[in-house]
Amino acid sequence: MSPYLTALIAIVEREALRFVQQRGRFIAALVRPLVWLLVFAAGFRAALGLSITPPYQTYIQYETYIVPGLCGMIMLFNGMQSSLGLVYDREVGSMRLLLTSPLPRWWLLTCKLLGSTAISICQVYAFLIIADLYGIRWPAPGYLTVLPALILTGLMLGALGLALSSFIKQLENFAGVMNFVIFPMFFLSSALYPLWKMAESSELLHDICAANPFTHAVELIRFALHAAPNPTATAATLLAAILFLGLAIWGYDPARGMVRRKG
Amino acid sequence: MLLHLGRNTSLATLATALTLTAWAPAPAEEIWISNEKEDTLSVIDVATLEVIRTIETGERPRGITFSKDYSVLYICASDSDTVQVMDPETGRILHDLPSGEDPEQFVLHPDDRHLYIANEDDAITTVVDTETRKVVAQIDVGIEPEGMAVSPDGKIAITTSETTNMAHWIDTETQMLFANTLVDSRPRHAEFTAGGTELWVSSEIGGTITVFDVATQAEKAKIEFEVQGIHPDRVQPVGFEFTGDEKTAFVALGPSNHIAAVNAKTYEVEDYILVGRRVWHMDFNTDKSLLFTTNGVSGDVTVVDVASREPVKTIKVGRFPWGAALRP
Repeated sequence: MSPYLTALIAIVEREALRFVQQRGRFIAALVRPLVWLLVFAAGFRAALGLSITPPYQTYIQYETYIVPGLCGMIMLFNGMQSSLGLVYDREVGSMRLLLTSPLPRWWLLTCKLLGSTAISICQVYAFLIIADLYGIRWPAPGYLTVLPALILTGLMLGALGLALSSFIKQLENFAGVMNFVIFPMFFLSSALYPLWKMAESSELLHDICAANPFTHAVELIRFALHAAPNPTATAATLLAAILFLGLAIWGYDPARGMVRRKG
Repeated sequence: MLLHLGRNTSLATLATALTLTAWAPAPAEEIWISNEKEDTLSVIDVATLEVIRTIETGERPRGITFSKDYSVLYICASDSDTVQVMDPETGRILHDLPSGEDPEQFVLHPDDRHLYIANEDDAITTVVDTETRKVVAQIDVGIEPEGMAVSPDGKIAITTSETTNMAHWIDTETQMLFANTLVDSRPRHAEFTAGGTELWVSSEIGGTITVFDVATQAEKAKIEFEVQGIHPDRVQPVGFEFTGDEKTAFVALGPSNHIAAVNAKTYEVEDYILVGRRVWHMDFNTDKSLLFTTNGVSGDVTVVDVASREPVKTIKVGRFPWGAALRP
């Protein structure tokens, strides 16, 4: 077997094993979006009037609107969680072990990314099944067409996590990631409210939201769940994924990156 | 050789015929919508679910209905105080009918000749002969009559009066009232069902539908509505229609922005379906697989798949759509 493939299987297997052993993490990953869906969205059900914007062809309940955003939320938290895992790996030394492998570093990091993306996709599908039981359904092909969108989103957010992990010195700094990355990314996006609603209150906020790569990831998921293409969101998410992955590879490069400086 | 040629020719003819059949355009089904604040009609093509024509009418068109052969369309032009008769092919007004003041809703008698018109401002129901274009009778009813219905056998006409809160039962032979029954506040719409043995009347402010036994004019059931997350004051039943098998009634619930699917046998509400803002009336396509609801405030029509009870599309029409009628 090619050493590249062996490394891929080993790293994905390790990610999966870590995830399976942390049952609490799986439940937490589901509880978070479910609270938003069953409590927050239920409260706002009648409060928010939604005009018909693509991909929707008719009026929808607020619960239906926020599900793609919550799928993105699962992937966002998972991406950050895997960056936390990387910092932990670095602290306990297993990261050094991984990076001393003769395989190119970009491949090792990509394997890590694929592992965390696969896990967040499982979480998203579990969430979609629960949403389905709650009565929020999509056209049947949407469950299939959302898969490539989830892969791209997972890679983009995972790459962001990787890039961030190269900058985080200690585990304690993770709170900073929550405050300065996860929350702004989530709230300044189209996950909870449509962008036209944002524009009603502030044009500046609308522009920030429109530039947020997470907005594009959410819109990509939203359109994919309706089996509809969204070239702009696809291109923006892909571009962000390439940018973040490049940043992560640079960050982990022993010659130039942050890892060397941290020793 | 001749036989051979003949076979080929007939095969070719058959193939051409089949191709032509396959390519022949299906008869275009249309849903006609009256836009009460734009003085127009919007025509929706059922196949494409798009507005294909917009036609000007008199002032404030509300109730609309086609003649049995769909050769003419009757329009209640409320603020023009007339019922207009339109050629649906050309969109030209052929003539007006004397309707009494402020006609809001009407119903065409099964004889395809007599229109029963509710005159909201005059507290009367006017009966017009569409052939002679003359008023046949004017019947005093309660204040602000609105909902109109005729039994399938044509023997009974119903007018509901918004302020008197009554359903008035009219004998169409004598054109006289023979019964008045109380319903909840502001009755808006009436329909006969179950082969004409039941009469349903919706009450907008009361938030109910009252079901009457036609033989005795006695109240048989009362249907109440409750939409999750919507204040009860905003749940206001107005127009309603029955599916082909008469097992389900779809009820427009006004400013609650929902329609209800009611089991017509048990009178239980089975589903609430989100549509546009302030839903007034509705109509089906020919096979009753699609339902078209007029959403007054949002100025659009929501198309509901009857089998799955899912809204599939909302189509922008004119300002304040009100009535809906199918033209197969």
